[in-house]
Amino acid sequence: MCLAIPGKLIEIYDEAGMKMGKLDYAGTINTACLEYVPDIRVGQYALVHAGFAIGVVDEEEAQKTYELWAELEKAAAEEGTDIFGMPLDTGDEEREGEVSP
Amino acid sequence: MMNDLIGKLFLWAFANPVLDRQDDQGVVEIRGVRVAVSTDSFVVDPLFFPGGDIGELAVNGTVNDVCMCGATPLFLTTGFILEEGMPLETLKKIVESMRAAALKAGVTIIAGDTKVVNKGKGDKVFINTTGIGIVERGLSISSGNLQPGDVLILSGTIGDHGITILSQREGLAFQAPVESDTAPLNELVRCIVDAGGEGVHAMRDPTRGGLAATLNEFAVASRVGIKVHEDRIPVDPAVAGACELLGLDPLYVANEGKALVATDESAAENVLKAIKKHPLGRNAAIIGRVVREDPGLVSMRTRLGTWRIVDMLVGEQLPRIC
Amino acid sequence: MKYLDEFRDPRLAKAIVREIHAVTTKPWVIMEICGGQTHSIMKNGIDQLLPAEIELVHGPGCPVCVTPLEQIDKAIAIASKPGVILTSFGDMLRVPGSEKDLFMVQSEGGDVRVVYSPLDAVRIARENPEKRVVFFAVGFETTAPNNAMAVWQAYRQGLKNFSLLVSHVLVPPAMEALLSSPANRVQGYLAAGHVCTVMGWKQYEPIAEKHGVPIVVTGFEPVDILEGILMVVKQLEKGQARVENQYSRVVKREGNRPAQELVNRVFEVADRKWRGIGTIPVSGLKLRPEFRDHDAEILFEESGREVEEPPECLSGLVLQGLKKPHECPAFGTTCTPRTPLGATMVSSEGACAAYFSYHRQAKIHDC
Repeated sequence: MCLAIPGKLIEIYDEAGMKMGKLDYAGTINTACLEYVPDIRVGQYALVHAGFAIGVVDEEEAQKTYELWAELEKAAAEEGTDIFGMPLDTGDEEREGEVSP
Repeated sequence: MMNDLIGKLFLWAFANPVLDRQDDQGVVEIRGVRVAVSTDSFVVDPLFFPGGDIGELAVNGTVNDVCMCGATPLFLTTGFILEEGMPLETLKKIVESMRAAALKAGVTIIAGDTKVVNKGKGDKVFINTTGIGIVERGLSISSGNLQPGDVLILSGTIGDHGITILSQREGLAFQAPVESDTAPLNELVRCIVDAGGEGVHAMRDPTRGGLAATLNEFAVASRVGIKVHEDRIPVDPAVAGACELLGLDPLYVANEGKALVATDESAAENVLKAIKKHPLGRNAAIIGRVVREDPGLVSMRTRLGTWRIVDMLVGEQLPRIC
Repeated sequence: MKYLDEFRDPRLAKAIVREIHAVTTKPWVIMEICGGQTHSIMKNGIDQLLPAEIELVHGPGCPVCVTPLEQIDKAIAIASKPGVILTSFGDMLRVPGSEKDLFMVQSEGGDVRVVYSPLDAVRIARENPEKRVVFFAVGFETTAPNNAMAVWQAYRQGLKNFSLLVSHVLVPPAMEALLSSPANRVQGYLAAGHVCTVMGWKQYEPIAEKHGVPIVVTGFEPVDILEGILMVVKQLEKGQARVENQYSRVVKREGNRPAQELVNRVFEVADRKWRGIGTIPVSGLKLRPEFRDHDAEILFEESGREVEEPPECLSGLVLQGLKKPHECPAFGTTCTPRTPLGATMVSSEGACAAYFSYHRQAKIHDC
């Protein structure tokens, strides 16, 4: 229902009395209104929807979600299996350059 | 819409074995010489964009249409439809870039025509071209020749041209450090044919409708299934960023200087190496395979290892918010 | 891309899938509210990873799909008037009205422009004082703050030639309507992550309690959706009905206060007709009288329209999760993306379009 993408805030400026920002999406740059994220700082990531920053990404929370599952992966690796319970050496990755359907 | 129109009206009206193959070029034999002929029209807005302009696009696009059947492009004709009041200076810049592009591709513009339409009846300038080339060896490269077991090789990143054009549009204020990939591919094609020979079954440069359109055209024309891998398809990070921002799928974004090649399994390694050695093929990759099951259907293995259909797009892909 | 690629990591996704298989003991019907989530599920084939017991049902969360025919006909009528520039998100251009769509109006000479942000529409209005610039304001709570700011800026700058054609809808009343219908089969919900980025999740707590359904605020990437499903299933298996927040990297309980404040200042809650479902009380927004000069429905006297849906279109049932797209007789025959009967087939967010393009042949085998 609402496409919103995280972009790195690289510059803050003013336009027609509105606080605006320049954001970086892996090299692509666009502008967004920052009126709804008044305390955002350059370097933080804003969630941008249709030209507006509607939220600021919480770095700690993102890390928590990620680490929760990375631990599972580590535990599985110690048992000698990959995360899906498959023995480590025969992962389902195809050989380099060769494609099997 | 265009595909149905072509399918029904033109194929019925002009039915003949060459046209029925629906390749980007028609190959006919005249007194023992196999001649490849193509025609195309160019209507790009804006006329000038990072990495090229409508003139360069017209020459390169025509050269690419001709050489995709293995032919050596030799001659071009160009027809201009100019809107009344278009500044001569603009036309001069376009013609100059066409001259340079023709020199670079090693083709000669041997005939032309110009018409002027009333103001408002055109959009500054439309360019129509015809390309003529010779198919030297006993090559039979056509979208109808894919065989189960063939390997699909893509010569580089997708979506560069389409995102470059969108970045110039007024309502979508974003800047992408990306240029149009417009380029003549005849030299690259020669390397492919030299490396793969008879093993090269089909080749096409995916333009409007993106890689997905060409994959579907191949699958339908050869009545084969095609399976590609999402994580093998090269996309420039900034193009991927722009696609995320606008809600676009890179598979459907236009290209102007890429080749999709279907080769016999035995020739795949050589062809891949040959492409990667060429400046226009540095990011080449094997992206999938031709299979017997589900003829006419293109499916893709996602990064999660699940499968989904890659459909032909209906109409132009528009930026979306939801 | 940072904060996207990590949540598309296949190893993490498969670790969560393994956990879902481990905790699922009974059949469960789960609805993802948002069209964006539907799109991500179909595009990443997430349904193929779930245990057979779990059935995913697609909700009404696609603003394009639920925009009533009358609103589209009003936009088309306004765009066809001389001296008007009709601006809109790309999503709305191909949605069929009774006779045509905005694309056709454009080809017949109407000035219809795609914009990425409503502020672009305000700029176009400032640059074309002699034209009447209308922005087709469609969307859920996520987009309301954007459109509120557009009106607020036009109001502050005295741009009399800028107006909004409003078609805003709200999620909680729609959920309430779905849950109160006797035919409802849905047992647990993935709430729309970006709506909740703006609104927070307080509004969902009374719904979870009253109807005894678990609601998990969920993001849009595969890892988010799978984790959201896992959290819903864990509650269902233990008979719980709480609101939880999977999308914790962005959503806070009270949401985005400054955004809510401007929305409440510019809009007021109103009854809204949802395409295929009918009118749901207090389920939408309309401009407050104070902003009458920027309300296209008033300026262009377009409020009276009433229009019927094509009878054979079941999009209403699909939107309420009572029918799957391929259970509709018209699906893939008279109704395809090229010849859409209802908006759920036009919008790439719509369940019918997603089914048609990603999975119309159920026998796509995993090889």
